[in-house]
Amino acid sequence: MTTTTDPTTPRDGRTGDAHGDPAIQQHQRGGLATALTDGWTLGKRNLKHFTRLPRLLIFSTIQPVMFVLLFGYIFDGAVRGALPDGFPSYLAFVMPGIFVQSTVFRMTQTAVGLADDLDKGVVDRFRSMPMSRSGVLIGRTIADLVRSMAVIVLMAIVGVLVGFRFASFVGAVGSIAIVGVLGYALSWVFVWLALHVPGAESAQSAAFVFAFPLSFVSSVFVPATSISIAWLAFIARNSPITAAADAARGLAVSGPVLAPTLKTFGWSVALLVVFIPWSTHRFRHVE
Amino acid sequence: MPIVHPEVVVTRPDTVLRVTAHPAPIRRSVRPDVVPAIEVEGVTKRFGDTLALDDVDLVVPPGGVVGLLGPNGAGKTTLVRVLATLLAPTAGHARIFGHDVVEEPQVARRNLSLTGQYAAIDGLLTGRENLRMFGDLLQLTPSSARRRADDLLERFDLVDAADRRASTYSGGMRRRLDLASSLILPPRLAFLDEPTTGLDPRTRNQMWEVIRELVADGTTLLLTTQYLEEADQLANRIVVIDHGRIIADGTGDELKDRAGGITVEVLLADSDGAADACRVLAAAGLDPRGVTAPTADLEVPTDSTQGLGTVQRVAGALQAAEIGVTDLGLRRATLDEVFLQLTDRLPTDGDEPDPASSGNGRPATNGHRR
Repeated sequence: MTTTTDPTTPRDGRTGDAHGDPAIQQHQRGGLATALTDGWTLGKRNLKHFTRLPRLLIFSTIQPVMFVLLFGYIFDGAVRGALPDGFPSYLAFVMPGIFVQSTVFRMTQTAVGLADDLDKGVVDRFRSMPMSRSGVLIGRTIADLVRSMAVIVLMAIVGVLVGFRFASFVGAVGSIAIVGVLGYALSWVFVWLALHVPGAESAQSAAFVFAFPLSFVSSVFVPATSISIAWLAFIARNSPITAAADAARGLAVSGPVLAPTLKTFGWSVALLVVFIPWSTHRFRHVE
Repeated sequence: MPIVHPEVVVTRPDTVLRVTAHPAPIRRSVRPDVVPAIEVEGVTKRFGDTLALDDVDLVVPPGGVVGLLGPNGAGKTTLVRVLATLLAPTAGHARIFGHDVVEEPQVARRNLSLTGQYAAIDGLLTGRENLRMFGDLLQLTPSSARRRADDLLERFDLVDAADRRASTYSGGMRRRLDLASSLILPPRLAFLDEPTTGLDPRTRNQMWEVIRELVADGTTLLLTTQYLEEADQLANRIVVIDHGRIIADGTGDELKDRAGGITVEVLLADSDGAADACRVLAAAGLDPRGVTAPTADLEVPTDSTQGLGTVQRVAGALQAAEIGVTDLGLRRATLDEVFLQLTDRLPTDGDEPDPASSGNGRPATNGHRR
């Protein structure tokens, strides 16, 4: 057996020194740059999963489209009279709400995907490599954001086909963007959840327990002011989901824009400030 | 029967290997000028009430293969996970080429690679994409990552399957791809956690070839396995772990000598005559014992210097008594026997008791025999 390692001068292991092999060249990057490039590398990997498994994308689109059609047509007659001014139909009211609702549910998949990776052993490999810790989480959340945005765009197209009208193109882009901001923040909450609930199936159940009340106790389906139980109305009025739904509605169709938009940003920043460091710390020490 | 000294130290050109009944702590580097590839000092790992590792000491000099052998739940994987910076020890220190896994995890990680029990490869990506991804994550430049992926696909005989999804690969191909993906940056120290569990014998041989090449390139290897044959084939040092403790440490030969050395095995023409044959041999001053194995009905302990003499005496006594014999020969103890003696069970036995629950299978006492 040959021993080619030189034991007297152990490599200090800095990058650029791939076991002394000059043919292997490495980038020299700082911590944040590494986190972002690792995040991008893993984001691409996760996005490839959607293109390789088209049924994931198809089924994640069918459900919100179904919601649009069911709510738009079935509830239209019953609730049209209760709608605020500026909304000619229930479809016009509920569509931006369903942008938010479907994003919340889409983001539960962040918990499922991450829990799945944790189960499979790929995360063990990542954690044993000299790569960025947060890169794994950034890659996961970025990919889920892209997917969620793709689903919303498809949904919007279906909505337009069945009679939904955006107030303007800028409003359309703005409403989808504001939903994306909150969605991204929520995906870090689900990352946190996946790191605390072992197993993909339990992570999914836990995420749904969280996502269901959150999206219904809000202005997604009805104006928050119409909720008659006081404490529920209080939660609904102050929910980040309501803020995002109101902002998306204001931008896409009609209603106030500035206040709910600021509220959405406020919530999103607060969630990210809490859950990015918390989740990253947890990820470093998960056993 | 050689008397197993409590601590036999065998010096080889590059290593010092110990066979110990109660393993003495090996707290120093075996050669003071060599930074050990692995240095474990008093590592304890507790999961709730379960003691997975109990004050483990281990020094592995660079080069060669250490086989970490033990039953399910003995603590093999836990030790590997501590060394691979995935688990922080409850107490004690572990260093990889001098770098503490808790204090300097990123530096330690640059010196090691881990191939775990569960493949790290992504079934939805192709083999090539998997390797490219790991290259990107190791900050290789795009051209280096591409070249490295091509090299490894070639080396691991995966060129034809390179652009197929890894989910279509056979078990052996997946293991090879998994191992390849851990070698993007050639590591100085590679951990292979049960690399051939579940593989058929042919595929297992392929993996062994790959592992031998890796070692020939100068990589130090720590291999966990439940297969005694695998440890015997690949490892030049075997560390037996049970209930979170190292209970034996030495070369395969040293462990076999310790487990009872050499016996003369006799297969009788008529198995029912074993009791008679034993009486005849006992009358001749031998110490026979009846066994039930396909290859032997009785065996007589001996050692390497007296082996042939014992064969003669057994043959003479049986011939004089006109007892028919179909096979007779000297046989060395197998690692199976070593293992049974050390742990009271084979590593592949599934009925592993909770490590904290009983003292059964604790280190054999000095001179303990079957």
